[in-house]
Amino acid sequence: MEWLPIIDKSVLILIIFLISLGIAAYSTYAERKVAAFLQDRIGPNRAGPFGLLQPIADGVKMFMKEEIIPSAADKFLFMLGPCIFMMTALMTSAVIPWGKPLDIGGYQMNLQVADINIGVLYIVATASVGVYGIMLGGWASNNKFSLLGAVRASSQMISYELAMGLSIIGVLLISNSLSLSDIVKGQEGFHWNIIYQPLGFLIFLICAFAECNRAPFDLAECETELVGGYHTEYSSMKLGMFLFAEYVNMFISSALIVCLFFGGYNFPGIDNLDLPQNVASIISVVIFFAKTFFFIFFFMWIRWTIPRFRYDQLMKLGWQILLPLSIFNVVATAAWLTFVK
Amino acid sequence: MKLTNRSVVVSKKELTWSEKLYLPAITQGLGITISHFFKKKATVQYPEVEKPRTEIWRGRHVLKRDEEGRENCTACGLCAVACPAEAITMEAAERMKGEEHLYREEKYAATYEINMLRCIFCGLCEEACPKDAIYLTDRLVSPEYDRQDFIYGKNKLVEKIDDRIDIVPRKK
Repeated sequence: MEWLPIIDKSVLILIIFLISLGIAAYSTYAERKVAAFLQDRIGPNRAGPFGLLQPIADGVKMFMKEEIIPSAADKFLFMLGPCIFMMTALMTSAVIPWGKPLDIGGYQMNLQVADINIGVLYIVATASVGVYGIMLGGWASNNKFSLLGAVRASSQMISYELAMGLSIIGVLLISNSLSLSDIVKGQEGFHWNIIYQPLGFLIFLICAFAECNRAPFDLAECETELVGGYHTEYSSMKLGMFLFAEYVNMFISSALIVCLFFGGYNFPGIDNLDLPQNVASIISVVIFFAKTFFFIFFFMWIRWTIPRFRYDQLMKLGWQILLPLSIFNVVATAAWLTFVK
Repeated sequence: MKLTNRSVVVSKKELTWSEKLYLPAITQGLGITISHFFKKKATVQYPEVEKPRTEIWRGRHVLKRDEEGRENCTACGLCAVACPAEAITMEAAERMKGEEHLYREEKYAATYEINMLRCIFCGLCEEACPKDAIYLTDRLVSPEYDRQDFIYGKNKLVEKIDDRIDIVPRKK
């Protein structure tokens, strides 16, 4: 029987790995479709029905491109950059609870790879390691534009990580736990954290945009100002990995927002239906993904609405507005929990 | 003097506190973009769907034949002179005995070339033509891979005897 958990976790890891990659691939398609629709266009519709094979065509194109490593580049670090970025992006998904446990012949299959009691800390830590991918990639290219892009990206990510971490503390104070499964369980029914932590949610959302290098915080790779940012010298699938990892990041960020603030797999009234355990479990997974997809859409929606920040505005927003606000949020939440509740 | 009724007076007043939050403005912006999500798309799916063109659209040229199938063009060169883009070149030749069923008059164009990359489709050649020979039609110039292929010779310009091209709307 002691093999069962190992098989169970291996299967779960494989499924989550494939789902993350699949969703990231189709996010690129969705991004182009959403962008087109928001601009009164139609978007890709030639490859397959409704252009659904577009991500495959893009992937094949990426693989067929010539692989170039600059002669002055540090080859090992140059290769390591996209690897770290992709790996950390995928690693974050390990602690996210995807749904209620499944019941397979008496065995309780927990739909979460690792229910560790420092889940939130693990996510914040892994996300910070992702900066090394960008920094190494930019530095190892031995190109001033790459280096500038990398410096911009990493200083931005480090600045916003502070406010992001502090904005989560409010949630942690309410749920009394660092484990993501406990946080989600604490939001049963309609006790979603967004109701108690609107300010924390707003700060977290803004920081998530900045952490993912998404518009309006896409200064790391702003095509109109830098040549291409930290991945200027990258080509072929190594470039593909960087771009792809950003979409994985976007998916994980959306899942995290759902877990922390929008009740994860919970939905008001679903517990009163008295469904069999497995049906309830599958419905909870569907609910979770529906919420996640909404936030992925929201990421794209924001991208085509708000223009890019100037660099000084970005730093001012991060350090002078979001950081004090998040500290205020922590103090206010703590005071409310101590004196009112 | 007011040049247009769409002009707006720019005000440089300080932003109020609620405006400095930017959130109401961002929400408004999100509303505008999402309204476009459901709007009718402007795209025309070109190879399958063609945009409707007016009857007097000035497109690809045709060299007309008369009712008996003889070429109208006498290579007088007035179209080439009229052409502001200098897209038309031709060489004249004399009609031989036995060719009366091919050419209407004693002189005809041995070669007649229009460079479709130079042509600006102004229609001055058609106005200049005294023999009703050249007309612009509602057809499009098709894309090519080679620049040379855009120089249309008589094989592409002269209408086929069994496949006449209707230029009635342009004759009005």
